[in-house]
Amino acid sequence: MKQRPSMLAAAAALTAAFAVQAQQPPKKAPPPAKAAAPAKSAISEEFEKFREVLEEDNPAELFEARGEDIWKNKKGPDGASMAQCDLGLGAGVVKGAYVRMPRWFADVGKVMDAERRVVHCMVKYLGYKEEDIRKQPFSNVNKTPDHVSVITYVAGQSRNMKIAVPQKHPQERATYEIGKEIFAYRAGPYDFACATCHGNDDMRIRTQDLPNLRKPDQAIRAYQGWPGYRMTGGFMLTQQWRMNDCFRQQRFPEPTYLSDTITALLTYMTVTANGQLYKGPGIKR
Amino acid sequence: MADPMKIRAQMKGDTADIRVLMSHAMETGQRKDNAGNTVPAHYIQSITIDVGGKRVIQGQTGTSVSRNPVFGFRVKGAKAGDKVVIHWEDNKGDKRTDETTVAG
Amino acid sequence: MDALRRTLLKGAGATGAIAAAMAAGVLTPSRVLAADYNRAAFEAKDMAGALKNIGAAGAADNSGIVIKAPDIAENGAVVPVDVASNIANTVSLAVLVDKNPLPLSSAFDFANGALPEMSLRLKMGQTSLVEVVAKTADGKYYRAKKEVKVTVGGCGG
Repeated sequence: MKQRPSMLAAAAALTAAFAVQAQQPPKKAPPPAKAAAPAKSAISEEFEKFREVLEEDNPAELFEARGEDIWKNKKGPDGASMAQCDLGLGAGVVKGAYVRMPRWFADVGKVMDAERRVVHCMVKYLGYKEEDIRKQPFSNVNKTPDHVSVITYVAGQSRNMKIAVPQKHPQERATYEIGKEIFAYRAGPYDFACATCHGNDDMRIRTQDLPNLRKPDQAIRAYQGWPGYRMTGGFMLTQQWRMNDCFRQQRFPEPTYLSDTITALLTYMTVTANGQLYKGPGIKR
Repeated sequence: MADPMKIRAQMKGDTADIRVLMSHAMETGQRKDNAGNTVPAHYIQSITIDVGGKRVIQGQTGTSVSRNPVFGFRVKGAKAGDKVVIHWEDNKGDKRTDETTVAG
Repeated sequence: MDALRRTLLKGAGATGAIAAAMAAGVLTPSRVLAADYNRAAFEAKDMAGALKNIGAAGAADNSGIVIKAPDIAENGAVVPVDVASNIANTVSLAVLVDKNPLPLSSAFDFANGALPEMSLRLKMGQTSLVEVVAKTADGKYYRAKKEVKVTVGGCGG
């Protein structure tokens, strides 16, 4: 489909809509800061309303089912299975594990986020090759890799649970502190940090409101909906993908897949969101 | 083989609410891949739904339906426990049948 | 099965014999479905062609057809649409996207208690009218439309 011209046309239409709204004299003179607000929130509300409709029947469930099948039925070359995989709550325990990572894993002597741990287990028990996974770590229109489906399944098994990432082990606390520092670290051609867009209240890019990830009630918004079914292309994307995309948008070099940097950032963000309710795999534009 | 459908069927009053998610690329035949080659059209063409042994829905679809299609229907007079059988078939002859029972 | 025989869907390949065989349970559904596909309608490149090939060229506007769709869609790849007909004895509904390269998205027949309504998700290449055609048991066609604006996307959420 010819996307480009239509997008421009739509953008022009939106701009026109804003212009019309802005020209209407307000009945009671509101403060200037609020004058532009209705047009923005009307669009946001329209998106929200239909987002709910989309979430009711989310194709992410198809990937959860595929991941569940791999978790429960797939065997490694020596007959091992994911039943041996410890996500932090004991071998084979999936329920509630996603909202309790990143955490310290003594067997590897590392703090791992959920995605990293799942890949670790799929390599260890099911015979997946890490170099193969690194060839295509993220989904595209042609393929959603197996590990992404498994992560989606694991995430689905924490649906409607509260985030409870541990901070008992000294390495868990150290990882949080590193993540906090990376979040505020300014660099790159734009002298950008994560905090530039996500460190203050009431920031916005085009029609999207940006959460302030330093605050618990807003930090959940970076966590909620991941892994997410991406409407464009119709495939699953994970939090690791989202974090890498933030690096790309800041014009930073992109981290290698499953890097310590991303684990640290996820630890900082997720600990900040502790106590908030996770609603399971979501849907993203 | 195609992945299984996810089917939900739930009574609301005297009406069964039937929702189905289907795993399918629904390629339009207009998209080009990275190498610039047109990706051939591949899409579901036919869908049937039987409830309690009776054909209630029979339909055809084209390429304007979204990838991984989602459909919802309502069937009056269905009962909890009725078998729901959904079948689809695409333009390449791939097909899939899945079933569930109507929940009370 | 009578209601299902009065269908929007019959392509050139469908014959009375096939419909009768299906009603009698002789044919497997797949054989019937393949033969019945209304290729001409689904491959029509404009609304006029699609409407003509589902037999609805002369459909009259009717507000008894309800279309629930976003005024502005967040993403044209997945536009959620609910359609329903309050016109008595509606037996079929078809959903079309005016500006898509192939406008006809789907056509469904309802029988044995199925209400003349459905929800589905559409691809929309650009801002366009979504049109719905309803067919009643007496062979009459009605139509209604709603505009959906398709916006530019944002970052990854």
